[in-house]
Amino acid sequence: MGTENSITKLENHARSVRRHIVRMIHGSGTAGHYGGSLSCVEILCCLYFGWMRHRPEDPGWDERDRLVLSKGHAAPALYAVLAEAGYFPVEQLGSFKRFGGILQGHPDMKLTPGVDMSTGALGQGLSVALGMALAGKLDGKAYRVYALLGDGELDEGSVWEAAMAASHYRVDNLTAFVDRNNLQISGPTESFMRLEPLKSKWEAFGWEVIEVDGHRTRQILQALGTMDRVSGRPGLIIARTMKGKGIRFLENKKECHSCALTEEQFAAVMRELEGR
Amino acid sequence: MRELRQAGEKKSTRDGYGEALLRIGEADSRIVALDADLPTSTRTAKFGQKYPERFFNVGIAEQNLYSVAAGLAACGKIAFASTFAVFATERALNQIKQCIAYPALNVKIVTSHSGFSASGDGASHQTLIDVALMRSLPNMTVVVPADAVQTEQAIAAAAAHEGPVYVRLGKTEVPILFEPDTGFRIGESIRIRQGSDVTVLVTGILLGQAIEAAALAEQEGIEAELIDIHTIKPIDTAAIVGSARKTGSVITVEEHSVIGGLGGATAEVLAERHPVPLIMVGVRDTFGESGDIEQLYEKHGLTAKQILESIRLAVRKKR
Repeated sequence: MGTENSITKLENHARSVRRHIVRMIHGSGTAGHYGGSLSCVEILCCLYFGWMRHRPEDPGWDERDRLVLSKGHAAPALYAVLAEAGYFPVEQLGSFKRFGGILQGHPDMKLTPGVDMSTGALGQGLSVALGMALAGKLDGKAYRVYALLGDGELDEGSVWEAAMAASHYRVDNLTAFVDRNNLQISGPTESFMRLEPLKSKWEAFGWEVIEVDGHRTRQILQALGTMDRVSGRPGLIIARTMKGKGIRFLENKKECHSCALTEEQFAAVMRELEGR
Repeated sequence: MRELRQAGEKKSTRDGYGEALLRIGEADSRIVALDADLPTSTRTAKFGQKYPERFFNVGIAEQNLYSVAAGLAACGKIAFASTFAVFATERALNQIKQCIAYPALNVKIVTSHSGFSASGDGASHQTLIDVALMRSLPNMTVVVPADAVQTEQAIAAAAAHEGPVYVRLGKTEVPILFEPDTGFRIGESIRIRQGSDVTVLVTGILLGQAIEAAALAEQEGIEAELIDIHTIKPIDTAAIVGSARKTGSVITVEEHSVIGGLGGATAEVLAERHPVPLIMVGVRDTFGESGDIEQLYEKHGLTAKQILESIRLAVRKKR
């Protein structure tokens, strides 16, 4: 973990995944969730290409680590990562949101190989991940469960039900990420529903909390390593990110939550992401 | 036709659940139970005492309850998750849809205090729309047992059924009518009594009232065919249509709103397949209130004598 080689590999994956995301959303012909998909790219790349035990050739492998994408609107990011990991052909990404396809607008575990839970309605994924973690403990399995939450999603009261319960049950096989990009649909999270002090809130709920730069793969991997060694409580990684990361004119703009690119913008963005 | 017990011992359907859960939990280690601070009331408590490692009382947090149950089911557990019917189906509806019904996970939503059975507590603790809510969810099976014995059978059947099941139970003590060896299959109604003048479809614990009503009707020369519709979904279309063809008129009886309940479900079947006069006995678009269960039944026309009036009306409507 964390060797120069592996960091380079992860960064290459991240670049490739960003291109997939933009192509996929633009190709769907409708507005899409660029912002929240692009902000969690490094988190998902670290998990699937540098951390989790999983078998793309055997998506139902019982011993696999699980991920619940609680912020289900970042489905493009998850799909791109799963395709790149080999769960299904990359060409399939072109069917995103298409009628009759396997890539619904929000994740569907019944349709898409590699998706561990159907999500989309916010505030529920942490509870599901807790249930998975409890099952792992009951069965004496070594797998770990990961959840990826949006920061706007923390407005949902049910997240805090789960936060309380996970620490009550001492599930140290559960690690959650908050994709802290500071924006929700209406605008800055702190203007519309204040979340800070976020770290101390989660600590008060009994969680081990680490803050990282969510676009620095080395920091993410280090935090994952630390959480692996935490015993008796769940772990939360607050990943400070930028919404829309990678599309310069959309970065940190509330409009990027869900938007459409013109053909000219699309072409420019792809040139930028391809480093030309 | 089934031989039923003479009304004797009384028991609530939730009591049947408590015993059944213990039994299936012993036979199958995949069974886990969850509750939201009401294990004494829902009767999951005994399971919790016997299998503490497989029991999760998550506190007063129904949304978390049903999503956690989904996570357990996604990892191979058969999760029985219980609280009052009102809080399960009304408060956690979106969790039940998103985390359980949509991915068709193996969660059994078994609720107590349905209908008027939280009688004294009033409208906030009663639900008369839970069947309507659960029935309209794709992938959801809906079972409403009539007594404690049938509840035990229903719980065993729910455990054996792959996928989400809603089982509606109550606190009201009602006579035990079925024998443990009465056959029970999800989706297969049970004909209690044969008749040619009118079909009486009943679901849940009003079965005793309906039996009494049918006996009273017989004294007036009306032969009522009585069918226990313990499974509201998938509903036994063949039995309903077959009986309606024979009798030419139908009444439904339920401790639930007729909107979306057995009444609504039967109307859907008959309107499409074999339209005949239909009288729906149940709650008519109104909330519950505090009172004795007898007073509440009386107000909403659910007593045997009132059901008899509806039977008479249904027969008159044929002409």
